[in-house]
Amino acid sequence: MKLSGAEIVVQFLKDEGVEYVFGYPGGAVLHIYDAIFQQEDVRHILVRHEQGAVHAADGYARSTGKPGVALVTSGPGATNAVTGIATAYMDSIPMVVLTGQVATPFIGSDAFQEVDSVGITRPCVKHNFLVRNLEDLAETLKKAFYIATTGRPGPVVVDIPKNITDPNIKIDYAYPDRVEMRSYNPTVKGHTGQINRAVDLILDAKRPMIYTGGGVVLGDGAEELVKFTRTLGYPITNTLMGLGAYPGTDRQFLGMLGMHGTYEANMAMHECDVLIAIGARFDDRVTGDVKQFCPEAKIIHIDIDPSSISKNVRVDVPIVGDIRHVLADMNRVIEASGKRPDEAALRRWWEQIEQWRAKDCLRYDRNSALIKPQYVIEKLWEVTGGDAFVTSDVGQHQMFTAQFYKFDQPRRWINSGGLGTMGFGLPAALGVQIAHPDATVACVTGEASIQMCIQELSTALQYMLPVKIVNLNNRYMGMVRQWQELFYESRYSHSYMDALPDFLKLAESYGHVGMRIEKPGDVEGALREAFAMKDRLVFMDFITDQTENVYPMIAAGKGHHEMHERELA
Amino acid sequence: MRHIISLLMENEAGALSRVAGLFSARGYNIESLTVAPTEDPSLSRMTIVTRGSEEIIEQITKQLNKLIDVVKLADITEGRHLERELMLIKVRADNPGRREEVKRLSDIFRGRILDVSEDTYVIELTGTGSKLDAFIEALGAGVILETVRSGTTGIARGERTLHV
Repeated sequence: MKLSGAEIVVQFLKDEGVEYVFGYPGGAVLHIYDAIFQQEDVRHILVRHEQGAVHAADGYARSTGKPGVALVTSGPGATNAVTGIATAYMDSIPMVVLTGQVATPFIGSDAFQEVDSVGITRPCVKHNFLVRNLEDLAETLKKAFYIATTGRPGPVVVDIPKNITDPNIKIDYAYPDRVEMRSYNPTVKGHTGQINRAVDLILDAKRPMIYTGGGVVLGDGAEELVKFTRTLGYPITNTLMGLGAYPGTDRQFLGMLGMHGTYEANMAMHECDVLIAIGARFDDRVTGDVKQFCPEAKIIHIDIDPSSISKNVRVDVPIVGDIRHVLADMNRVIEASGKRPDEAALRRWWEQIEQWRAKDCLRYDRNSALIKPQYVIEKLWEVTGGDAFVTSDVGQHQMFTAQFYKFDQPRRWINSGGLGTMGFGLPAALGVQIAHPDATVACVTGEASIQMCIQELSTALQYMLPVKIVNLNNRYMGMVRQWQELFYESRYSHSYMDALPDFLKLAESYGHVGMRIEKPGDVEGALREAFAMKDRLVFMDFITDQTENVYPMIAAGKGHHEMHERELA
Repeated sequence: MRHIISLLMENEAGALSRVAGLFSARGYNIESLTVAPTEDPSLSRMTIVTRGSEEIIEQITKQLNKLIDVVKLADITEGRHLERELMLIKVRADNPGRREEVKRLSDIFRGRILDVSEDTYVIELTGTGSKLDAFIEALGAGVILETVRSGTTGIARGERTLHV
């Protein structure tokens, strides 16, 4: 089959099983767009800004496990995509971003819409390529998908100069089924000796704690994790990225840990004697002061990325491997050992944990005349039966969602954990809805975050994506305001959102349904009404208490046992 | 501690900047870095001299291994090894007394005079970094016109090899 470079790009995507490409056309990718126009297998979703394209591809990837694909032009197209690429990189999301580039003879000449895309994206991709020869195009694309989806996943950029896609130059094309790279062979199986050592330690624990992160979700290890945790009867906590890997409604689940984690999860971390860390990377928002981190614990760490091990915290038993494989092996070894955990010690440990849990650290004022953001999330969970895909932006609303929406399944909670990208929620929700047309998709956001990618309301109309936007509108950049209140003596420097748009009218002008909710008594009814509109995007503008803070809270650099709690009258 | 990390990487455009970028992005220090193709033209061999605690060096090697272009890597300071650096140094040699003295010093350090002009010598010297430092010190600052050093390269002694 003789194809042009542009046709190879599209045919390859089809052969690779790519259903959707999120993108925005421009000069350097016009040949590719012309090839897209002439077929119907690979469907293109036109966004309104390249950042939105990458976040939408990201939402698609997080909710399905399949790689997200974005297509942008050279120059500003590529630079606009960078925030999205860095977001995906920090959270290890499999993604391939195709960027147009000026024709090879012009590279380096400061040509129109030229930037060094490979140079700019290098620190925030798993790998990137510049395609210099048409003959290399198909194999390079195959390598990009292989690298993006194996090992610790991540975004890969393929920069394609315009002359490589020239419709008049055709070469033989055959889909490269597989690719071999001598320099890239990710480990899958965990070391048997290390697994045995870990299991001995786990079964001898008196005060065990399981701490799992996004790696369990990304590695499809949730099923094995549930088996592992239930067999042992040990307490478990998830990181922000790991929520849903273990059912949030289960009794063994202590909630999220870290800066805004629960009292019981953080105290159990502080006092445990064996910590089993699975697919988590000991991020500073999780560990707090590393010198005071799990002071009494032997630490087992399972991760696919050797560089995650002993990066921030020294571990005693490292196991490098694919989470699902390693957990399956551990489950087998535990079963074969015939040994059981120390029942008496475990009973005492749970008694202690229940005392911590009894503090009810997430309590808030339920009698307020103002809408409390926590209340909205609780009701959102009820109204959606706990079964929605929920995306978020970044800030207080993100933490309230993590605390109050109890995710029972992986890949349902979709947020920018590592980079903390405001503007992520709406385009990500569109990507999720495209991947799951019949599912309930909610985007929890705030009036500051939503304005960073609000133009994607237009994309939502074009493709009739009935996402439900839950805007917790407190007229502040809530988390900035909270830090200013606590650490800057309430000097609210530029954290107040003045001159806000009328979100109700804004939603309507984009062709959607707008609602404004100002009283606690109206919250549930509004949610029910909105979620009943199956085929419409509904923008719910909840006017919430301006002064509400996220608690509990560990200030940056403090230990897990040094939590601030909410003081209620 | 000073470590010499040797690595084999794909001889591709941009590979060097991936390594350099990694060091600057993560705040690791580089004392020297040399790179050139090997007998297999598809591979480049790079030698990096760096300093750091054991934890930092462990992270450096892990992060380097993670780069897709890096094929193989070894910290050659972990075992018995050889290291060499090449220096070309241009010195003032503008009167018979000084010419004689520089020549004698160069012989003592087993240097070779590569170029002679009316007023200058260019001397070639190889050895460990500290030997080159000692030669510079022996010459004295007033004599040196220009110095160029290759940075350290190294190889393990005996049977140990870094090979694909």
